[in-house]
Amino acid sequence: MAIKLPIYMDNHATTPVDPRVLEAMMPYFKEKFGNSASRNHEFGWVAEEAVENARGQIARLINATPKEIVFTSGATESTNLAIKGVAEMYREKGNHIITQVTEHKATLDTCKRLEKYGYEVTYLPVEKDGRIALDDLRRAITPKTILISIMYANNEIGVVQPIAEIGRIAKEKGVFFHVDGVQAVGKIPVDVQKDGIDLLSISGHKIYGPKGVGALYVRRKNPRVQLSAIIDGGGHERGMRSGTLNVPGIVGLGKACEICQNEMATESKHLSQLRDRLKDSIMSHLDETFVNGSMEHRLPHNINISFAYVEGESLLMGINDIAVSSGSACTSATLEPSYVLKALGVGEDLAHTSIRFGIGRFNTEEEVDYVADRVVETVTRLRELSPLYEMAKEGVDISKMKWTAAAE
Amino acid sequence: MAYSDKVVEHYKNPRNVGSLDKNDPAVGTGLVGAPECGDVMKLQMKVNPETRVIEEAKFKTFGCGSAIASSSLATEWVKGKTVEEALSIKNTDIVRELALPPVKIHCSVLAEDAIKAALSDWKKKQGEAEAKPAEAAARH
Ligand SMILES: Cc1ncc(COP(=O)(O)O)c(C=O)c1O
Repeated sequence: MAIKLPIYMDNHATTPVDPRVLEAMMPYFKEKFGNSASRNHEFGWVAEEAVENARGQIARLINATPKEIVFTSGATESTNLAIKGVAEMYREKGNHIITQVTEHKATLDTCKRLEKYGYEVTYLPVEKDGRIALDDLRRAITPKTILISIMYANNEIGVVQPIAEIGRIAKEKGVFFHVDGVQAVGKIPVDVQKDGIDLLSISGHKIYGPKGVGALYVRRKNPRVQLSAIIDGGGHERGMRSGTLNVPGIVGLGKACEICQNEMATESKHLSQLRDRLKDSIMSHLDETFVNGSMEHRLPHNINISFAYVEGESLLMGINDIAVSSGSACTSATLEPSYVLKALGVGEDLAHTSIRFGIGRFNTEEEVDYVADRVVETVTRLRELSPLYEMAKEGVDISKMKWTAAAE
Repeated sequence: MAYSDKVVEHYKNPRNVGSLDKNDPAVGTGLVGAPECGDVMKLQMKVNPETRVIEEAKFKTFGCGSAIASSSLATEWVKGKTVEEALSIKNTDIVRELALPPVKIHCSVLAEDAIKAALSDWKKKQGEAEAKPAEAAARH
Protein backbone atom coordinates (compact mmCIF):
# COMPACT_ATOMS: atom_id res chain seq x y z
CA MET A 1 0.00 0.00 0.00
CA ALA A 2 1.34 3.40 -0.94
CA ILE A 3 1.98 5.79 1.90
CA LYS A 4 -0.07 8.93 1.99
CA LEU A 5 1.96 12.05 2.79
CA PRO A 6 2.25 14.02 4.97
CA ILE A 7 2.34 11.55 7.86
CA TYR A 8 0.87 12.73 11.16
CA MET A 9 2.92 11.52 14.13
CA ASP A 10 2.31 14.33 16.62
CA ASN A 11 -0.49 12.71 18.58
CA HIS A 12 0.44 14.38 21.87
CA ALA A 13 -0.44 17.74 20.35
CA THR A 14 -3.81 16.57 19.14
CA THR A 15 -5.42 13.54 17.54
CA PRO A 16 -7.69 13.23 14.53
CA VAL A 17 -11.34 12.62 15.35
CA ASP A 18 -12.19 8.94 15.09
CA PRO A 19 -14.86 8.46 12.36
CA ARG A 20 -17.01 6.58 14.88
CA VAL A 21 -16.89 9.61 17.15
CA LEU A 22 -17.86 11.97 14.36
CA GLU A 23 -20.74 9.71 13.42
CA ALA A 24 -22.03 9.72 16.99
CA MET A 25 -21.84 13.53 17.11
CA MET A 26 -23.55 14.35 13.82
CA PRO A 27 -27.20 14.05 14.90
CA TYR A 28 -26.54 16.56 17.69
CA PHE A 29 -25.57 19.18 15.14
CA LYS A 30 -28.66 18.41 13.09
CA GLU A 31 -32.05 17.20 14.21
CA LYS A 32 -31.06 16.66 17.86
CA PHE A 33 -29.91 20.22 18.40
CA GLY A 34 -31.71 20.83 21.69
CA ASN A 35 -30.40 22.54 24.80
CA SER A 36 -29.88 19.95 27.50
CA ALA A 37 -31.16 22.44 30.06
CA SER A 38 -34.56 22.75 28.35
CA ARG A 39 -36.88 20.87 30.69
CA ASN A 40 -40.16 21.38 28.87
CA HIS A 41 -39.85 19.54 25.59
CA GLU A 42 -38.53 16.59 23.71
CA PHE A 43 -35.58 18.48 22.19
CA GLY A 44 -34.20 19.22 25.63
CA TRP A 45 -34.83 15.71 26.93
CA VAL A 46 -33.04 14.12 23.99
CA ALA A 47 -30.03 16.35 24.49
CA GLU A 48 -30.02 15.74 28.23
CA GLU A 49 -30.15 12.01 27.73
CA ALA A 50 -27.17 12.21 25.39
CA VAL A 51 -25.20 14.25 27.92
CA GLU A 52 -25.99 11.81 30.73
CA ASN A 53 -25.02 8.90 28.52
CA ALA A 54 -21.65 10.57 27.85
CA ARG A 55 -21.16 11.19 31.56
CA GLY A 56 -21.55 7.47 32.08
CA GLN A 57 -19.10 6.59 29.32
CA ILE A 58 -16.45 8.88 30.80
CA ALA A 59 -17.08 7.71 34.36
CA ARG A 60 -16.73 4.06 33.34
CA LEU A 61 -13.36 4.66 31.69
CA ILE A 62 -11.88 6.04 34.93
CA ASN A 63 -13.93 4.02 37.45
CA ALA A 64 -15.92 7.00 38.71
CA THR A 65 -19.65 7.65 39.00
CA PRO A 66 -21.47 9.80 36.42
CA LYS A 67 -22.32 12.50 38.97
CA GLU A 68 -18.61 13.10 39.51
CA ILE A 69 -18.07 14.28 35.93
CA VAL A 70 -18.20 18.02 35.17
CA PHE A 71 -18.05 19.08 31.53
CA THR A 72 -15.73 21.89 30.49
CA SER A 73 -14.25 23.44 27.35
CA GLY A 74 -11.08 21.36 27.62
CA ALA A 75 -8.39 20.30 30.00
CA THR A 76 -6.98 23.79 30.41
CA GLU A 77 -10.29 24.86 31.87
CA SER A 78 -10.61 21.65 33.91
CA THR A 79 -7.21 22.27 35.47
CA ASN A 80 -7.98 25.92 36.17
CA LEU A 81 -11.25 24.89 37.82
CA ALA A 82 -9.61 22.17 39.89
CA ILE A 83 -6.73 24.25 41.20
CA LYS A 84 -8.41 27.62 41.56
CA GLY A 85 -11.61 25.98 42.77
CA VAL A 86 -9.86 24.14 45.60
CA ALA A 87 -7.64 27.13 46.40
CA GLU A 88 -10.60 29.42 46.91
CA MET A 89 -12.86 26.90 48.66
CA TYR A 90 -10.24 25.78 51.16
CA ARG A 91 -8.48 29.10 51.74
CA GLU A 92 -9.30 28.90 55.45
CA LYS A 93 -7.60 25.55 55.74
CA GLY A 94 -4.37 26.56 54.05
CA ASN A 95 -2.67 28.35 51.19
CA HIS A 96 -0.03 25.86 50.08
CA ILE A 97 -0.08 23.92 46.79
CA ILE A 98 2.45 21.37 45.58
CA THR A 99 3.11 20.68 41.92
CA GLN A 100 6.18 19.80 39.86
CA VAL A 101 8.34 21.44 37.24
CA THR A 102 7.45 19.44 34.11
CA GLU A 103 3.70 20.10 34.33
CA HIS A 104 1.83 21.54 31.39
CA LYS A 105 1.50 25.34 31.32
CA ALA A 106 -2.18 24.97 32.22
CA THR A 107 -1.05 23.88 35.67
CA LEU A 108 2.12 25.95 36.02
CA ASP A 109 0.56 29.24 34.98
CA THR A 110 -2.51 28.67 37.11
CA CYS A 111 -0.22 28.14 40.10
CA LYS A 112 1.77 31.25 39.16
CA ARG A 113 -1.37 33.31 39.21
CA LEU A 114 -2.35 31.97 42.62
CA GLU A 115 1.09 32.96 43.91
CA LYS A 116 0.18 36.54 43.04
CA TYR A 117 -2.90 36.19 45.26
CA GLY A 118 -0.88 35.07 48.27
CA TYR A 119 -0.79 31.33 47.80
CA GLU A 120 2.47 29.47 48.20
CA VAL A 121 3.47 26.94 45.61
CA THR A 122 6.19 24.30 45.78
CA TYR A 123 7.48 23.15 42.39
CA LEU A 124 9.05 19.76 43.00
CA PRO A 125 12.05 18.88 40.84
CA VAL A 126 12.19 15.66 38.81
CA GLU A 127 14.87 13.02 38.67
CA LYS A 128 16.84 12.28 35.51
CA ASP A 129 14.12 9.85 34.41
CA GLY A 130 11.47 12.60 34.62
CA ARG A 131 9.67 11.34 37.75
CA ILE A 132 9.34 13.11 41.06
CA ALA A 133 10.93 11.61 44.16
CA LEU A 134 8.27 10.59 46.68
CA ASP A 135 10.48 11.66 49.56
CA ASP A 136 10.62 15.18 48.13
CA LEU A 137 6.85 15.18 48.05
CA ARG A 138 6.54 13.93 51.64
CA ARG A 139 8.96 16.58 52.83
CA ALA A 140 7.11 19.34 50.99
CA ILE A 141 3.75 18.72 52.65
CA THR A 142 2.96 21.10 55.52
CA PRO A 143 -0.17 21.64 57.66
CA LYS A 144 -1.03 24.45 55.24
CA THR A 145 -0.98 22.18 52.15
CA ILE A 146 -4.41 21.94 50.52
CA LEU A 147 -3.63 20.46 47.10
CA ILE A 148 -1.11 18.31 45.27
CA SER A 149 -1.28 18.61 41.46
CA ILE A 150 0.82 16.14 39.49
CA MET A 151 0.27 15.03 35.89
CA TYR A 152 -0.30 11.38 35.08
CA ALA A 153 1.94 11.42 32.02
CA ASN A 154 4.00 14.14 30.45
CA ASN A 155 3.12 15.51 27.03
CA GLU A 156 6.71 15.83 25.77
CA ILE A 157 8.48 12.78 27.12
CA GLY A 158 5.54 10.50 27.93
CA VAL A 159 6.94 9.76 31.38
CA VAL A 160 4.34 8.36 33.77
CA GLN A 161 4.47 9.58 37.37
CA PRO A 162 3.99 7.25 40.37
CA ILE A 163 0.35 8.33 40.69
CA ALA A 164 -0.96 5.59 42.98
CA GLU A 165 1.89 6.20 45.45
CA ILE A 166 1.27 9.95 45.36
CA GLY A 167 -2.44 9.26 45.88
CA ARG A 168 -1.65 7.24 48.99
CA ILE A 169 0.54 9.96 50.42
CA ALA A 170 -2.11 12.60 49.72
CA LYS A 171 -4.77 10.52 51.43
CA GLU A 172 -2.55 9.81 54.42
CA LYS A 173 -1.92 13.54 54.88
CA GLY A 174 -5.48 14.62 54.14
CA VAL A 175 -4.50 16.69 51.10
CA PHE A 176 -6.54 16.76 47.88
CA PHE A 177 -4.90 15.28 44.79
CA HIS A 178 -5.48 16.72 41.32
CA VAL A 179 -4.12 14.89 38.30
CA ASP A 180 -3.72 16.25 34.77
CA GLY A 181 -4.75 13.08 33.00
CA VAL A 182 -4.79 14.52 29.48
CA GLN A 183 -2.10 12.30 27.98
CA ALA A 184 -2.87 9.17 29.99
CA VAL A 185 -6.64 8.78 30.10
CA GLY A 186 -7.77 6.44 27.34
CA LYS A 187 -4.19 5.34 26.66
CA ILE A 188 -3.26 3.50 29.85
CA PRO A 189 -5.49 2.35 32.72
CA VAL A 190 -6.48 5.28 34.93
CA ASP A 191 -8.59 4.35 37.95
CA VAL A 192 -9.52 7.15 40.29
CA GLN A 193 -10.19 4.67 43.12
CA LYS A 194 -7.00 2.64 42.88
CA ASP A 195 -4.94 5.73 42.12
CA GLY A 196 -6.45 7.78 44.94
CA ILE A 197 -7.28 10.68 42.62
CA ASP A 198 -9.66 13.41 43.85
CA LEU A 199 -9.71 15.59 40.73
CA LEU A 200 -8.81 14.53 37.18
CA SER A 201 -8.54 16.69 34.05
CA ILE A 202 -9.55 15.11 30.75
CA SER A 203 -9.41 16.51 27.22
CA GLY A 204 -11.42 15.38 24.18
CA HIS A 205 -8.96 16.13 21.43
CA LYS A 206 -6.14 13.95 22.75
CA ILE A 207 -8.27 10.81 22.66
CA TYR A 208 -9.66 10.99 19.11
CA GLY A 209 -12.55 13.18 20.21
CA PRO A 210 -13.33 16.79 19.27
CA LYS A 211 -11.46 19.92 20.34
CA GLY A 212 -12.99 22.40 22.74
CA VAL A 213 -14.49 19.86 25.10
CA GLY A 214 -13.15 18.26 28.24
CA ALA A 215 -14.14 17.09 31.66
CA LEU A 216 -13.13 17.34 35.27
CA TYR A 217 -13.68 14.42 37.59
CA VAL A 218 -14.58 15.73 41.06
CA ARG A 219 -14.70 13.15 43.86
CA ARG A 220 -18.01 13.03 45.76
CA LYS A 221 -17.08 10.81 48.67
CA ASN A 222 -14.04 9.66 50.68
CA PRO A 223 -13.41 12.57 50.67
CA ARG A 224 -15.98 14.87 49.10
CA VAL A 225 -14.29 17.67 47.17
CA GLN A 226 -16.01 21.02 46.94
CA LEU A 227 -15.02 23.63 44.38
CA SER A 228 -15.62 27.32 43.99
CA ALA A 229 -16.77 27.92 40.44
CA ILE A 230 -14.63 30.08 38.19
CA ILE A 231 -17.38 30.64 35.64
CA ASP A 232 -20.64 31.96 37.03
CA GLY A 233 -24.03 31.99 35.38
CA GLY A 234 -26.99 29.68 35.01
CA GLY A 235 -25.74 27.13 37.50
CA HIS A 236 -25.15 24.28 35.08
CA GLU A 237 -23.10 21.26 36.18
CA ARG A 238 -24.32 21.60 39.76
CA GLY A 239 -23.04 25.13 39.89
CA MET A 240 -19.47 24.18 39.17
CA ARG A 241 -19.46 25.25 35.55
CA SER A 242 -22.17 27.48 34.19
CA GLY A 243 -22.84 27.76 30.50
CA THR A 244 -24.99 25.87 28.00
CA LEU A 245 -23.45 22.46 27.45
CA ASN A 246 -21.64 21.69 24.23
CA VAL A 247 -23.88 18.73 23.50
CA PRO A 248 -22.28 17.44 20.28
CA GLY A 249 -18.82 17.84 21.79
CA ILE A 250 -19.86 16.03 24.95
CA VAL A 251 -21.38 13.20 22.92
CA GLY A 252 -18.08 12.97 21.02
CA LEU A 253 -16.03 12.96 24.21
CA GLY A 254 -18.22 10.19 25.63
CA LYS A 255 -17.95 8.08 22.50
CA ALA A 256 -14.19 8.64 22.39
CA CYS A 257 -13.91 7.35 25.97
CA GLU A 258 -16.04 4.32 25.19
CA ILE A 259 -13.84 3.40 22.22
CA CYS A 260 -10.68 3.87 24.26
CA GLN A 261 -12.04 1.65 27.01
CA ASN A 262 -12.96 -1.13 24.58
CA GLU A 263 -9.72 -0.99 22.62
CA MET A 264 -7.10 0.10 25.13
CA ALA A 265 -5.64 -3.32 25.82
CA THR A 266 -5.00 -4.18 22.17
CA GLU A 267 -4.28 -0.64 21.05
CA SER A 268 -1.63 0.07 23.65
CA LYS A 269 0.14 -3.18 22.84
CA HIS A 270 0.07 -2.40 19.14
CA LEU A 271 1.28 1.18 19.63
CA SER A 272 4.13 0.14 21.89
CA GLN A 273 5.26 -2.33 19.23
CA LEU A 274 5.23 0.42 16.61
CA ARG A 275 7.04 2.77 19.01
CA ASP A 276 9.73 0.22 19.74
CA ARG A 277 10.12 -0.49 16.03
CA LEU A 278 10.58 3.22 15.35
CA LYS A 279 13.02 3.68 18.20
CA ASP A 280 15.07 0.60 17.35
CA SER A 281 15.38 1.32 13.66
CA ILE A 282 16.40 4.92 14.29
CA MET A 283 18.81 4.20 17.10
CA SER A 284 20.46 1.19 15.50
CA HIS A 285 21.39 3.29 12.45
CA LEU A 286 22.67 6.40 14.21
CA ASP A 287 25.30 6.88 16.89
CA GLU A 288 24.93 9.44 19.69
CA THR A 289 21.17 9.41 19.97
CA PHE A 290 19.61 9.52 23.42
CA VAL A 291 16.14 8.76 24.71
CA ASN A 292 14.86 11.50 27.01
CA GLY A 293 13.02 10.23 30.08
CA SER A 294 12.32 6.84 31.55
CA MET A 295 11.71 3.97 29.13
CA GLU A 296 10.18 1.87 31.89
CA HIS A 297 7.58 4.37 33.09
CA ARG A 298 6.39 5.70 29.79
CA LEU A 299 3.30 5.98 27.63
CA PRO A 300 3.26 3.19 25.04
CA HIS A 301 3.02 5.54 22.07
CA ASN A 302 5.68 8.11 22.96
CA ILE A 303 9.35 8.40 22.22
CA ASN A 304 11.51 11.50 22.58
CA ILE A 305 15.01 11.33 21.15
CA SER A 306 17.92 13.77 21.11
CA PHE A 307 20.10 13.59 18.01
CA ALA A 308 23.41 15.05 19.15
CA TYR A 309 24.95 17.72 16.88
CA VAL A 310 21.78 18.25 14.82
CA GLU A 311 19.51 21.18 15.68
CA GLY A 312 15.88 20.10 15.99
CA GLU A 313 14.26 22.70 13.80
CA SER A 314 16.62 21.96 10.90
CA LEU A 315 15.80 18.28 11.32
CA LEU A 316 12.08 19.03 11.16
CA MET A 317 12.68 21.02 7.99
CA GLY A 318 14.39 18.01 6.43
CA ILE A 319 11.49 15.72 7.25
CA ASN A 320 8.78 18.17 6.34
CA ASP A 321 6.48 15.47 5.02
CA ILE A 322 6.26 14.17 8.58
CA ALA A 323 4.49 16.00 11.40
CA VAL A 324 6.43 15.64 14.65
CA SER A 325 7.65 18.27 17.07
CA SER A 326 10.94 19.51 18.45
CA GLY A 327 12.15 20.63 21.86
CA SER A 328 14.21 23.31 20.18
CA ALA A 329 12.92 26.81 19.73
CA CYS A 330 15.26 28.68 17.46
CA THR A 331 13.76 32.12 17.53
CA SER A 332 15.30 35.19 19.01
CA ALA A 333 12.20 35.52 21.20
CA THR A 334 12.79 32.17 22.89
CA LEU A 335 16.33 30.88 22.65
CA GLU A 336 15.29 28.63 25.50
CA PRO A 337 14.79 25.02 24.58
CA SER A 338 12.16 22.85 26.26
CA TYR A 339 11.78 23.47 30.01
CA VAL A 340 10.78 19.84 30.41
CA LEU A 341 14.06 18.51 29.05
CA LYS A 342 15.98 21.10 31.06
CA ALA A 343 14.25 19.88 34.22
CA LEU A 344 15.51 16.38 33.48
CA GLY A 345 19.04 17.72 33.39
CA VAL A 346 19.36 17.30 29.62
CA GLY A 347 22.02 19.84 28.56
CA GLU A 348 20.74 22.77 26.56
CA ASP A 349 22.85 21.64 23.61
CA LEU A 350 21.07 18.26 23.56
CA ALA A 351 17.69 19.79 24.31
CA HIS A 352 18.02 21.70 21.03
CA THR A 353 18.38 18.40 19.18
CA SER A 354 15.30 16.62 20.49
CA ILE A 355 12.32 15.32 18.55
CA ARG A 356 9.06 14.04 20.02
CA PHE A 357 7.24 11.26 18.18
CA GLY A 358 3.65 10.58 19.20
CA ILE A 359 2.29 7.51 17.47
CA GLY A 360 -1.46 7.26 17.16
CA ARG A 361 -4.38 5.00 16.41
CA PHE A 362 -4.18 5.58 12.67
CA ASN A 363 -0.43 5.17 12.10
CA THR A 364 0.73 2.07 10.26
CA GLU A 365 3.87 -0.01 10.27
CA GLU A 366 4.71 1.28 6.78
CA GLU A 367 4.52 4.83 8.06
CA VAL A 368 6.77 4.02 10.99
CA ASP A 369 9.36 2.53 8.62
CA TYR A 370 9.14 5.52 6.33
CA VAL A 371 9.61 7.92 9.24
CA ALA A 372 12.59 5.98 10.57
CA ASP A 373 14.27 6.00 7.15
CA ARG A 374 13.69 9.71 6.63
CA VAL A 375 14.99 10.58 10.08
CA VAL A 376 18.14 8.50 9.67
CA GLU A 377 18.80 9.96 6.23
CA THR A 378 18.23 13.55 7.34
CA VAL A 379 20.25 13.30 10.55
CA THR A 380 23.12 11.77 8.58
CA ARG A 381 23.00 14.59 6.04
CA LEU A 382 22.80 17.30 8.68
CA ARG A 383 25.68 15.81 10.64
CA GLU A 384 27.80 16.15 7.51
CA LEU A 385 26.92 19.81 7.78
CA SER A 386 27.50 20.09 11.52
CA PRO A 387 30.72 21.63 12.82
CA LEU A 388 29.96 20.07 16.20
CA TYR A 389 29.83 16.57 14.77
CA GLU A 390 33.12 17.18 13.00
CA MET A 391 34.74 18.45 16.20
CA ALA A 392 33.40 15.53 18.21
CA LYS A 393 34.84 13.11 15.67
CA GLU A 394 38.19 14.90 15.98
CA GLY A 395 38.04 14.30 19.72
CA VAL A 396 37.31 17.89 20.77
CA ASP A 397 35.27 18.05 23.98
CA ILE A 398 32.54 20.47 22.98
CA SER A 399 31.36 21.00 26.54
CA LYS A 400 34.79 22.35 27.46
CA MET A 401 35.03 24.78 24.52
CA LYS A 402 34.77 28.48 25.07
CA TRP A 403 31.99 29.73 22.84
CA THR A 404 31.87 33.28 21.60
CA ALA A 405 28.18 33.94 21.78
CA ALA A 406 26.37 34.23 25.04
CA ALA A 407 22.61 34.48 24.81
CA GLU A 408 21.57 37.61 22.96
CA MET B 1 6.94 28.46 10.52
CA ALA B 2 6.94 28.80 6.77
CA TYR B 3 10.34 29.29 5.19
CA SER B 4 11.05 31.42 2.14
CA ASP B 5 11.87 29.59 -1.09
CA LYS B 6 15.45 30.84 -0.93
CA VAL B 7 15.99 29.47 2.58
CA VAL B 8 14.56 26.12 1.50
CA GLU B 9 16.74 26.10 -1.59
CA HIS B 10 19.95 26.73 0.40
CA TYR B 11 18.88 24.21 3.01
CA LYS B 12 18.32 21.55 0.37
CA ASN B 13 21.39 22.39 -1.67
CA PRO B 14 23.84 24.09 0.64
CA ARG B 15 26.79 25.65 -1.20
CA ASN B 16 30.39 25.09 -0.19
CA VAL B 17 29.88 22.64 2.64
CA GLY B 18 33.12 21.36 4.13
CA SER B 19 36.33 22.30 5.85
CA LEU B 20 39.69 23.79 4.88
CA ASP B 21 42.96 23.07 6.67
CA LYS B 22 42.82 25.41 9.64
CA ASN B 23 46.62 25.26 9.98
CA ASP B 24 47.17 26.62 6.47
CA PRO B 25 48.52 30.21 6.89
CA ALA B 26 46.29 31.35 4.03
CA VAL B 27 43.14 30.03 5.72
CA GLY B 28 41.13 32.08 8.19
CA THR B 29 38.66 30.26 10.44
CA GLY B 30 35.68 31.75 12.24
CA LEU B 31 33.70 29.71 14.74
CA VAL B 32 30.77 31.60 16.25
CA GLY B 33 27.64 30.84 18.23
CA ALA B 34 27.14 28.29 20.97
CA PRO B 35 25.52 24.86 21.12
CA GLU B 36 23.27 25.81 24.02
CA CYS B 37 21.85 28.67 21.96
CA GLY B 38 21.06 26.28 19.15
CA ASP B 39 23.43 27.79 16.55
CA VAL B 40 27.10 27.26 15.78
CA MET B 41 28.67 28.39 12.50
CA LYS B 42 32.12 27.56 11.23
CA LEU B 43 33.20 29.62 8.26
CA GLN B 44 36.58 29.24 6.60
CA MET B 45 38.16 31.25 3.81
CA LYS B 46 41.33 30.81 1.84
CA VAL B 47 42.68 34.21 0.89
CA ASN B 48 45.41 35.02 -1.64
CA PRO B 49 47.90 37.11 0.41
CA GLU B 50 49.02 39.06 -2.71
CA THR B 51 45.68 40.05 -4.18
CA ARG B 52 43.71 39.72 -0.90
CA VAL B 53 41.03 37.93 -2.92
CA ILE B 54 39.01 35.16 -1.22
CA GLU B 55 39.62 32.14 -3.41
CA GLU B 56 37.76 29.53 -1.43
CA ALA B 57 35.11 29.50 1.26
CA LYS B 58 33.64 26.58 3.19
CA PHE B 59 31.12 26.30 6.00
CA LYS B 60 29.57 23.93 8.45
CA THR B 61 26.58 24.97 10.55
CA PHE B 62 24.64 23.54 13.46
CA GLY B 63 21.40 25.44 13.56
CA CYS B 64 17.97 25.91 12.08
CA GLY B 65 17.28 26.12 8.36
CA SER B 66 17.72 29.89 8.37
CA ALA B 67 21.12 29.58 10.03
CA ILE B 68 22.22 27.01 7.44
CA ALA B 69 20.94 29.19 4.60
CA SER B 70 22.60 32.32 6.00
CA SER B 71 26.00 30.68 6.19
CA SER B 72 25.62 28.98 2.83
CA LEU B 73 24.77 32.34 1.27
CA ALA B 74 27.71 33.97 3.05
CA THR B 75 30.17 31.54 1.46
CA GLU B 76 28.66 32.20 -1.92
CA TRP B 77 28.95 35.96 -1.51
CA VAL B 78 32.49 36.15 -0.17
CA LYS B 79 34.02 34.01 -2.88
CA GLY B 80 35.86 36.20 -5.38
CA LYS B 81 35.61 39.27 -3.16
CA THR B 82 38.56 41.00 -1.55
CA VAL B 83 38.91 40.92 2.21
CA GLU B 84 37.72 44.52 2.43
CA GLU B 85 34.71 43.88 0.22
CA ALA B 86 33.77 40.80 2.26
CA LEU B 87 34.00 42.80 5.48
CA SER B 88 31.41 45.22 4.14
CA ILE B 89 28.73 42.51 3.92
CA LYS B 90 26.01 43.38 6.39
CA ASN B 91 23.58 41.05 8.11
CA THR B 92 20.74 43.14 6.69
CA ASP B 93 21.89 42.17 3.17
CA ILE B 94 21.43 38.54 4.16
CA VAL B 95 18.03 39.23 5.73
CA ARG B 96 16.88 40.87 2.52
CA GLU B 97 18.23 38.19 0.19
CA LEU B 98 16.74 35.30 2.18
CA ALA B 99 13.58 37.13 3.25
CA LEU B 100 14.23 36.17 6.88
CA PRO B 101 11.41 36.93 9.34
CA PRO B 102 12.22 39.03 12.44
CA VAL B 103 12.62 35.97 14.69
CA LYS B 104 15.42 34.70 12.43
CA ILE B 105 17.46 37.86 12.19
CA HIS B 106 19.93 36.49 14.73
CA CYS B 107 20.91 33.87 12.13
CA SER B 108 22.06 36.58 9.73
CA VAL B 109 23.90 38.37 12.54
CA LEU B 110 25.75 35.16 13.26
CA ALA B 111 26.72 34.80 9.59
CA GLU B 112 28.12 38.33 9.53
CA ASP B 113 30.00 37.57 12.74
CA ALA B 114 31.41 34.42 11.16
CA ILE B 115 32.76 36.35 8.16
CA LYS B 116 34.39 38.91 10.46
CA ALA B 117 35.82 36.24 12.76
CA ALA B 118 37.29 34.23 9.87
CA LEU B 119 38.91 37.30 8.32
CA SER B 120 40.28 38.53 11.59
CA ASP B 121 41.85 35.10 12.10
CA TRP B 122 43.37 35.38 8.62
CA LYS B 123 44.70 38.84 9.31
CA LYS B 124 46.26 37.67 12.53
CA LYS B 125 48.01 34.94 10.60
CA GLN B 126 49.32 37.54 8.17
CA GLY B 127 50.66 39.55 11.11
CA GLU B 128 48.22 42.37 10.47
CA ALA B 129 46.78 44.22 13.39
CA GLU B 130 43.04 43.92 13.53
CA ALA B 131 41.41 46.94 12.04
CA LYS B 132 38.34 46.94 14.23
CA PRO B 133 38.98 44.68 17.17
CA ALA B 134 36.19 42.63 18.65
CA GLU B 135 33.45 44.39 16.82
CA ALA B 136 31.72 41.14 16.04
CA ALA B 137 31.88 39.80 19.53
CA ALA B 138 30.48 42.96 21.04
CA ARG B 139 27.14 42.51 19.41
CA HIS B 140 26.16 39.47 21.46
C1 LIG C 1 -0.52 17.43 29.62
C2 LIG C 1 -1.50 18.41 29.07
N1 LIG C 1 -2.27 19.12 29.90
C3 LIG C 1 -3.18 20.00 29.46
C4 LIG C 1 -3.35 20.24 28.12
C5 LIG C 1 -4.38 21.24 27.67
O1 LIG C 1 -5.51 20.58 27.17
P1 LIG C 1 -6.60 21.34 26.31
O2 LIG C 1 -6.02 21.54 24.96
O3 LIG C 1 -7.79 20.41 26.28
O4 LIG C 1 -6.94 22.61 26.99
C6 LIG C 1 -2.56 19.53 27.21
C7 LIG C 1 -2.68 19.77 25.76
O5 LIG C 1 -1.99 20.58 25.17
C8 LIG C 1 -1.62 18.60 27.70
O6 LIG C 1 -0.84 17.91 26.86
